[in-house]
Amino acid sequence: MDFLTLIQLLDSTVRLATPLLLACLAGLFSERAGIFDIGLEGKMLAAAFFSAAIAALTGSVWVGLAAGIAASMVFSLLHGLASITFRGNQLISGVAINFLAAGLTVLIAQDWFSQGGRTPSLMGGARFGPITLPFADALSGVPVLGPIYAELISGHSILVYLAFACVPLTWWVLFRTRFGLRLRAVGENPAAVDTAGVSVVGLRYAAVLICGVLCGIAGAYLSTALQAGFVKDMSAGRGFIALAALIFAKWRPWYALYATLLFGLFGALETRPDVIEALLGLKIQGALLGALPYVMTVIILAGFVGKAIPPRAGGQPYVKER
Amino acid sequence: MGTDDTGGRQATAAPGTAPAIELKGISKAFGPVQANKDISIRVMPGTIHGIIGENGAGKSTLMSILYGFYKADAGEVFIAGKRTDIPDSQAAIAAGIGMVFQHFKLVENFTVLENIILGAEDGGLLRPSLAKARKSLLELEHEYGLNVDPDAVIQDLGVGMQQRVEILKALYRQADILILDEPTGVLTPAEADQLFRILDRLRTEGKTIILITHKLREVMEATDTVSVMRRGEMTATVKTSETSPAELAELMVGRKVLLRVDKTPATPGPVVLDIKGLRVRDESGVERLKGIDLQVRAGEILGLAGVAGNGQSELLEVLGGYAEATGEIHINGQPLDLAGKDAHGRARRARGIAHVPEDRQREGLIMDFSAWENTAFGYHRDPGYQSGLLLNNARIRTETEEKMARFDVRPPNPALAAKNFSGGNQQKIVLAREIERDPDLLLVGQPTRGVDIGAIEFIHQQIVALRDKGKAVLLVSVELEEILALADRVAVMFDGTIMGERLSAQTDEKELGLLMAGVAA
Amino acid sequence: MDVMPKWAEVALVPLISLILAAVLSALVILAIGEDPLEAVNLMVTGALGSTYGWGYTLYYATNFLFTGLAVSVAFHAGLFNIGGEGQAMLGGLGVALACLLIPWPHWSLALLGASLAGALFGAAWAAIPAFLQAKRGSHIVITTIMFNFIGAAVLNYVLVNLMRPAGQMDPATARFPDTTNLPTLHDILAPLGIAFSKSAPANVTFLIALLACVLVWFLLWRTWLGYEIRSYGKSEPAARYGGISPVAITMIAMLISGGLAGLMAINNVMGEAERLVLNAVEGAGFIGIAVALMGRSHPFGVLLAAILFGFLYQGGAELALWTSIPRELIVVIQALVILFTGALDNMVRMPLERLFLMLRRSRA
Repeated sequence: MDFLTLIQLLDSTVRLATPLLLACLAGLFSERAGIFDIGLEGKMLAAAFFSAAIAALTGSVWVGLAAGIAASMVFSLLHGLASITFRGNQLISGVAINFLAAGLTVLIAQDWFSQGGRTPSLMGGARFGPITLPFADALSGVPVLGPIYAELISGHSILVYLAFACVPLTWWVLFRTRFGLRLRAVGENPAAVDTAGVSVVGLRYAAVLICGVLCGIAGAYLSTALQAGFVKDMSAGRGFIALAALIFAKWRPWYALYATLLFGLFGALETRPDVIEALLGLKIQGALLGALPYVMTVIILAGFVGKAIPPRAGGQPYVKER
Repeated sequence: MGTDDTGGRQATAAPGTAPAIELKGISKAFGPVQANKDISIRVMPGTIHGIIGENGAGKSTLMSILYGFYKADAGEVFIAGKRTDIPDSQAAIAAGIGMVFQHFKLVENFTVLENIILGAEDGGLLRPSLAKARKSLLELEHEYGLNVDPDAVIQDLGVGMQQRVEILKALYRQADILILDEPTGVLTPAEADQLFRILDRLRTEGKTIILITHKLREVMEATDTVSVMRRGEMTATVKTSETSPAELAELMVGRKVLLRVDKTPATPGPVVLDIKGLRVRDESGVERLKGIDLQVRAGEILGLAGVAGNGQSELLEVLGGYAEATGEIHINGQPLDLAGKDAHGRARRARGIAHVPEDRQREGLIMDFSAWENTAFGYHRDPGYQSGLLLNNARIRTETEEKMARFDVRPPNPALAAKNFSGGNQQKIVLAREIERDPDLLLVGQPTRGVDIGAIEFIHQQIVALRDKGKAVLLVSVELEEILALADRVAVMFDGTIMGERLSAQTDEKELGLLMAGVAA
Repeated sequence: MDVMPKWAEVALVPLISLILAAVLSALVILAIGEDPLEAVNLMVTGALGSTYGWGYTLYYATNFLFTGLAVSVAFHAGLFNIGGEGQAMLGGLGVALACLLIPWPHWSLALLGASLAGALFGAAWAAIPAFLQAKRGSHIVITTIMFNFIGAAVLNYVLVNLMRPAGQMDPATARFPDTTNLPTLHDILAPLGIAFSKSAPANVTFLIALLACVLVWFLLWRTWLGYEIRSYGKSEPAARYGGISPVAITMIAMLISGGLAGLMAINNVMGEAERLVLNAVEGAGFIGIAVALMGRSHPFGVLLAAILFGFLYQGGAELALWTSIPRELIVVIQALVILFTGALDNMVRMPLERLFLMLRRSRA
């Protein structure tokens, strides 16, 4: 494998890891606050559609992004209503949200655009285009570092840089602010937060809403940056891979980055069987590679390699006890 | 601090000082259950006030009201003479109340410092808050002798240390009134002693402390005044120096309608249950049974007295087959498998051990199941009920009808879900199931807890009848009166050991009360 | 104490949830500029107006009955098996292997063998998550989700690389031999003098599904095993007191659950497609969740819910054919049913309980 192929491979790794990373951080906020969210997939899908649809209608990708985030947050509120206010089953709520998004997006797409559940292709200002970082062209001639800067680091959409910036930001919020301390506490022991005179419900809603925002950006990225428009079921299980990455990352921001980059690499390799063959000398089916994140997550869950301990109060509605 | 003539232990406030905390006529009901009835207390500043009572007497409810967890149906709270509403924990904290719960409210994977500032941070960023807390913590440690490593993670600390963190949490929030709910439940005696030294120091510094406990010894040793609660009511408030453990035990257990069980003297036969050196550790590694030796003979009722939480529950669980233990148990001379594949409930039943568990709603019954389904529970794989894979529902139903008639269960409807019966009738269903199997040994835990007077008598008669058939009965009850009325022999448990055994005809509540308090007579 | 009478619990709560879901669905239809009444009319004629329609409705219902029962059995043990999709996929693999590898002399024997293989493969796919839950405490919801994806990948690999006949482009197995072809309802009803559509896919498996329904009911309420499963699901402390092993019950309940999901394959793979294709399950595993929630996990409730969803699926297909409403409307309805009967159960229940409490008080 030559250097350029490697750069290409890593470049597509970054692009494929971005939505996973955003969704993974979204799940991180929610689950750190004790609300399980298997509805990441649905929220991403809803955001993907609404951002593409609104961008197509208004011609502005930024308005589209806002619409995508808003749609995702509506689903977050629904999840909050079911699992925080009405103390329902968080898992069932997540399942419902996934289906609701899968159905509604196509239904509305058909109603608005009549293109078989798609949006029109996005062009120009209705899409997030690549950003060329300063001196990328000038430096591209420098050996090794030049291509890395020009091809790998430069030339992504703004959302990619945003996603990567979210990692230290998330870390900072969680571990350096009052809000983060309380958020982590409410996922571990809500009674401790409650007896300290802080609202459990308020914190959990805040977490779920942040989750909505990040899922919204992830979804918008899919339809307005990675691709140019919405197609049916375009989230394609990414929400679940993000969930897997979250477990793999043991609910930590920096690990989330590594996990999603790894899973992104699997995704990139899936489309380049030639590279695998060149590397390993044997043919590996793309489908099996695609399943690798799930297999690895099950192994982690089983606790055979570095047990992943989820937030202790995760999945349980908080009821004040005597 | 005033001087007094009771050995300098008791603090008295100057005349005219308002009580640190005063409750007037507090009442609280949960559905039909009156958890608190017209409760009034005054606690003077700089004193330690004990509130003592059995499980379910309403102590925790009262404190939950004080800490804003529940809203009282009636009554008023005065803090330092000022009427104060406490709608939530925030208000309680603002009023200067700190609470140390029985089950600590700590975030296990946080450090001590993080737990202390949680909810009481200064500003949005953690660093300044942590720095400030570290400084105040040092001051507090210095002031009260409460040494804790601020950077230790809670789950690495022992329970005694965790409790200190809870106390520091309250002090950091500038609590003047500190409520401790069953603080020694999880502590070793040495840790408990340390705690009481800390409390003494806090009192010296002018803090007011309310100590909720069911342990007489603690009340006697640590408090200035004590209130006794029983069945939701405050039965007495006395100065600790003017009372005795025996008097408190009596006030706690109470004197309800004198229980009389008609029974002839026991004629004990061969040993049915023989326990030697039984030890049990709980999940956190604390030893709950510390080498129990006990025998129960055919044709006798052995009453196991003791304040709740001294190991009786663990003993029942081991005998019933769902807790692991080391030591030896023989039934009719044959050893029981305490850890192997036969250490489960079904195997125990097959050996002739029937078990009426202490908590019928959690263990004894499946509340959503009908009465007839519950009647087979635990015995559902006995030949009479099971043929092949089938459950003989028709037979179970018929037997349930008979049992309900014999045990006078009302309404006599086998199809009704267990949760729809009253406490007494639920207990009759469990009792009917266990007694009618004609066991060699019956384990009974709290047979009449939450049971109406009418049913109590009936249940007692059934237990005596089983004894008269030559069976062995091990009765666990926190109601001393019940033990004295039913048991032929009494063993008293304290802190995982047997404090002593007496023939019930030759002892009284006073002597047993002392043993229950851990005072060897 | 029960606040609500039993009829309210069994019928009223699901009914209200269903009405809420229906009202919202009607609003959705209105919002996309179609007439809800007209839509219902079309769905009823399309799904129930002809034996052809019924043939499809019952075919779908058969799938949902199996997956609904699968979710229900796990629910009774207090476990949420979200992996019906993957288990049904693997069941399909079992059925395909049984049909292709063994020269069956007659369809009845083939059905027997294929059922066994389907159930076995489905159960095997549930076994690992069950074991990890029982022994290692790994959350069964997450592991079964992961196993859905792993199952899809395995199937993809097997179809593309191992079972695809040489020269065939699409990833699917060869056609099953004729001796394994199951009689359709047309074949079964014709000798009885009842005319039934020849082209509808409903087949003898529907009867097997009904049998499974009765058997599950029998298992749950007539055997000690079912009794232990229900006991464990209701109260783990009580189960321990009663000598019931949590590990054993978790394993057994999940194996039965996976087996039922796997059994679905005799309907869609053997009965309809007569070969194994990639996306044979088509989400039926997930619909099982909606069906189980709506049927309150009772086999007969599940039967009713399965037929309702069968109707929705066939009706939805007709709707997509004749109007501009896409089939995905059904996914929306399904989501709303799961939402209201599952996650927002308390929203429906709490006001109702208050109502009954008031009624009781005013009567007393």
